[in-house]
Amino acid sequence: MTRRMGVRLVWAVLAGAAADLAGLGLVAAAAWLITRAAEQPPLAALSVAIVATRAFATSKGVFRYAERLTGHDVALRAQAGTRERLYDALVAPQQPRHGGADLLSRMVDDTEAVQDLLVRCLLPAVAAAMAGLAAVVIGLTILPVAALVLLAGLVVAGVLLPAGAAAAARRWSARLAPARAALAGRVADLVHGSADLAAYGADGEALARAREADEALAALERRQARVHAAALAGGILAQVLTVVAVVLLAQAGGAGSVGTAVLALTSLVAFEPVLPLAAAGERLAGVTAALRRLREVRAAVPAVAEPAAPAPRPDGPLTIEVDNLVVSHPPATTTAAGQEQGALDGAPQNGQQGHHRRQQQRRVVLDGVSLRLTPGRRVAVVGPSGAGKSTLLAALMRLVEPESGAVRVNGVDIRALAGDDVRALMTGLTQDPYIFRASVRDNLRLAGPEADDETLHRAVRDARLEEWVERTGWDAELGEDGRTVSGGQLQRLALARALLYDPPVLLLDEPAEALDEETADRLTADLLDVTRGRTTLLVTHRLKGLERVDEVIVLEEGRVVQRGHHDELVSVPGYYRDLWESEALTRR
Amino acid sequence: MHKDLFALMRAERTVRVHLAVTMTAAVLTGLLVLVQAELLAGALSGRFGAAALAALAAVVAVRALLAWAQGVFAGRTATAVKSALRHRLLARLRDLGPARLAAHRSGELVTLTGRGLDGLDDYLTGYLPSIAVAAVVPVAVVVRLFAADLASAVIVLVTLPLIPIFGALVGMTTKAVTERQFTALSRLGGHFLDVVRGLPTLRAFGRARYQATVIREIADAHRSATMRTLRVAFLSSLVLELCASLSVALVAVPIGLRLLGGSLDLTTALLVLLLAPEAYLPLRAMGTRFHASMEGIAAADAAFAVLDSPGGEEPAPAVKPLARGAGEGSAPAAEAPAWGGGAPELRLEHVTVRYPGRDEPALEDVSLTIAPGERVALVGESGGGKSTLLSLLLGFVRPSAGRVLVDGVDLRELDLAQWRARLAFVAQRPHLFAASVADNIRLGTPAASSEDVRRAAAAADAGFVADLPQGFDTVLGERGANLSAGQRQRVALARAFCRPGTSVLLLDEPTARLDGRSEAAVVAATERLARDRTAVVVAHRPAMIHLADRVIRLHAGRVITDTTPNGTAGHAWALTETVAGEGCGA
Repeated sequence: MTRRMGVRLVWAVLAGAAADLAGLGLVAAAAWLITRAAEQPPLAALSVAIVATRAFATSKGVFRYAERLTGHDVALRAQAGTRERLYDALVAPQQPRHGGADLLSRMVDDTEAVQDLLVRCLLPAVAAAMAGLAAVVIGLTILPVAALVLLAGLVVAGVLLPAGAAAAARRWSARLAPARAALAGRVADLVHGSADLAAYGADGEALARAREADEALAALERRQARVHAAALAGGILAQVLTVVAVVLLAQAGGAGSVGTAVLALTSLVAFEPVLPLAAAGERLAGVTAALRRLREVRAAVPAVAEPAAPAPRPDGPLTIEVDNLVVSHPPATTTAAGQEQGALDGAPQNGQQGHHRRQQQRRVVLDGVSLRLTPGRRVAVVGPSGAGKSTLLAALMRLVEPESGAVRVNGVDIRALAGDDVRALMTGLTQDPYIFRASVRDNLRLAGPEADDETLHRAVRDARLEEWVERTGWDAELGEDGRTVSGGQLQRLALARALLYDPPVLLLDEPAEALDEETADRLTADLLDVTRGRTTLLVTHRLKGLERVDEVIVLEEGRVVQRGHHDELVSVPGYYRDLWESEALTRR
Repeated sequence: MHKDLFALMRAERTVRVHLAVTMTAAVLTGLLVLVQAELLAGALSGRFGAAALAALAAVVAVRALLAWAQGVFAGRTATAVKSALRHRLLARLRDLGPARLAAHRSGELVTLTGRGLDGLDDYLTGYLPSIAVAAVVPVAVVVRLFAADLASAVIVLVTLPLIPIFGALVGMTTKAVTERQFTALSRLGGHFLDVVRGLPTLRAFGRARYQATVIREIADAHRSATMRTLRVAFLSSLVLELCASLSVALVAVPIGLRLLGGSLDLTTALLVLLLAPEAYLPLRAMGTRFHASMEGIAAADAAFAVLDSPGGEEPAPAVKPLARGAGEGSAPAAEAPAWGGGAPELRLEHVTVRYPGRDEPALEDVSLTIAPGERVALVGESGGGKSTLLSLLLGFVRPSAGRVLVDGVDLRELDLAQWRARLAFVAQRPHLFAASVADNIRLGTPAASSEDVRRAAAAADAGFVADLPQGFDTVLGERGANLSAGQRQRVALARAFCRPGTSVLLLDEPTARLDGRSEAAVVAATERLARDRTAVVVAHRPAMIHLADRVIRLHAGRVITDTTPNGTAGHAWALTETVAGEGCGA
């Protein structure tokens, strides 16, 4: 946290404390005023108290307002800082994570925990402590014994109860999280498995199981509510029992009616800011869990190691050599079904087990792949899904660390280059291209911030996106997740980006995916026109048009099973011919 | 107050009881504050002795007990309402069925039915009880004040309405400001998630580091925009707080002066001073609770939108032996399993299927007769109507026009559950459940013995199951995540084998996305499964098409070729060559 943030935080705390103190002062002054007035002194004796009462009454609201504003300002700044740090940690290529998009949005939600920590936990706690302290000091001036009793009561309500609530909340969330995950899983079964369930007459059973999961969760929530209610009741008891004890002591200690009234009402009001701390304690359990998850993300080792002193970026025409490359991945999910949930809940013991298991069960994705891309050469990689095609591209883009073998650019191992430099040389249309919530133009410009309109238009034309862009408009806002963009248009937008970026080596991962047959054919044809004479690595599952590339490599289970020109491959039996025939069969 | 939610709560008895207890406890707690103030005033003024303090302790004990009861029953109310709503949603999800579920955003449905409903907690446990308290306690306080001191009571009675009036006024102005800023705010607020999601794309174009500065700028813009709205929003609570404390001051100062003049006794003065704030508090609390419960109202709206969405009429007429007398005399055979149990004949008569919201029909005027025991391959590009034809036979969709006949009986008039019991079906992406492999295989026949399961797995060429850590008892990850695509496909085939007495086989592209080896295993298993059954298989790959007696090509919802090769590879190949020669049109 920066110094200026610290200063702002102090102001927020002071404002909060001032508001609570004004509340306390209001009641103390009013109590004194009234009981003293009952003794019928001259009016002048009361004038200070009257002014004080009015001042406290108005200033309380103003201080509260100031506290809330400065507090939220600090919290938003702190959240922005957390996000920046999280982003810095995420910029380096990451190991694939379980949970994908859900996990990302959860991570982003977690950064709001910092806001909660400040606004809902820290500020109220400090303000309550200062108000409590002030009440105790007032008490000390009247009757020290009573002040000590008040202090004890405040500690019970402000420290012990919140601590207990936090501990209980931690315990309950450890049980609630799996119950929630179980319910989500049952609901997902009902939605995603709808066809299987209906066809096998098992939908009634699945519905019953989802209801059971709901009952189990409801039972836990009811018990959690009991704990919450007990904390609430405990706070009230502590408050009023303290007041009763204070009054008893004051009357026994001869504090007089004015002293007794001030003591009693001050005690009563001192609890007002303290009682909500039990709820803050419950919230704190969630906040600390979120902060722990964020720390784990920040501590995660990047997928690839950056060289300490990167070699200069190779220049001129590039020759890419992939030499006996072996890449293995941690399995997408390990055999323990609960592990994914464990990882999501961030339960530390689960996380460690998972880590352990992952190391044991690395899955070989690329198993000794070699290929050579000389300037201007076009190579296509085909094969069934899971054969390692996309991993090959990820290795070229330096997003995954090879286990053995190497990728060399003009003889330089890419491990010696800065990751960003590698991706400046080799990039293009990657898997799952993302459309940002921005205009069409900005979504394209991302790949060419300095591109002029002419270049922009050419890229759009080459990607056969022209008609769509003219219809949609260059400045049209694309929706969240690119929702207003169909699968085919998304793919073409991504292709336009790749062409705009114009890297020395163009990588294309399934450019025709999700396009209808006719468009896919036209796109493939245009693509092969545009990339003529350009060093290109094309990953595809469609074979039409591949007679135009220089070499086709067939990957299966991480190994090159066939390679050669299209004409050679269709003339011999094997995967390629099978696929060619089936494609011809389904085509009309 | 949410109308639909209220109707739901009225309909559930447990909810009614729990809510009543919660509200009563809340109101009694509020009223006990009056008693507490009374006793405290008496004790402080010295009018009551030590007994008053004992009574005070007792009152407090009761208040704590009531607060506890309120918390417990509020929790019960919340869980009961959520459960009731969730049960309705779950039943609704089932009733929507596979075809219509596909039209919803499935991820959102899962979130809404699960975590989404938790947003109701604040509404149910906070806002609803606060309404009851706000309705009762201020009135009681004013009544007590009238009894104690007329002048103070009048001041409170006059100033009290200022709270809701100011609340509404400030609320209206802030609402306008907030709404003006809402789009900008949510846009700025969503920016970070947007960038994080798109990070792989940014990385690919070397823009990831540059975005760090953009993130900071946007965060700053977001903060100042938020602060602009908060300055106004917090103003409302400032106004209400000032309103309340100035009103108290308005009460307190004359009391002090009257005490000074001796026209008022200390007990009454203290009582008034203690009670006056309690009149304003419940109204302010209600306002705060209302703001906190907005999320819950949104969740309720979303839930009722799903519950009230059209198209749930389907599953009701499950058994309908003699319905529709006008149905051309096809009805009589509909009792029980009328078709003996052998492989049935399937006939489509001029069937058209339209999905809501789409202009083009998914199937248009399709007429087909599939003989008992015939093996039909459906081919054609995606979107041509192949999967719709399977959904039709499965009873997931109904023809908009025309009829589907099973051994001459209209499918509409058959008991769907009984009909589906005759089907061995494997979806394109079969869903495996987070349960043991054995339980996944016995999905359609829960009573199947482990011997049956093993036999089915062997028939489906799912030998790999024995190599899993716990064999058939291995629990699969969500959606079978720890199996490969080919393995998942074979578990799903074993599921079909495990169902005794099936006479129709329906497969949707069982070998799509499989590598050569897995494909061979699945094809062999499919061939065994197709024996003695009427089989309709959506197929892309030659090996699968070679199994068929007959190949039907669909395009744009119509049958364009229907050929019966004699099963050799050469024929099937030659056939497509001639077909490919035809023009493709729109």
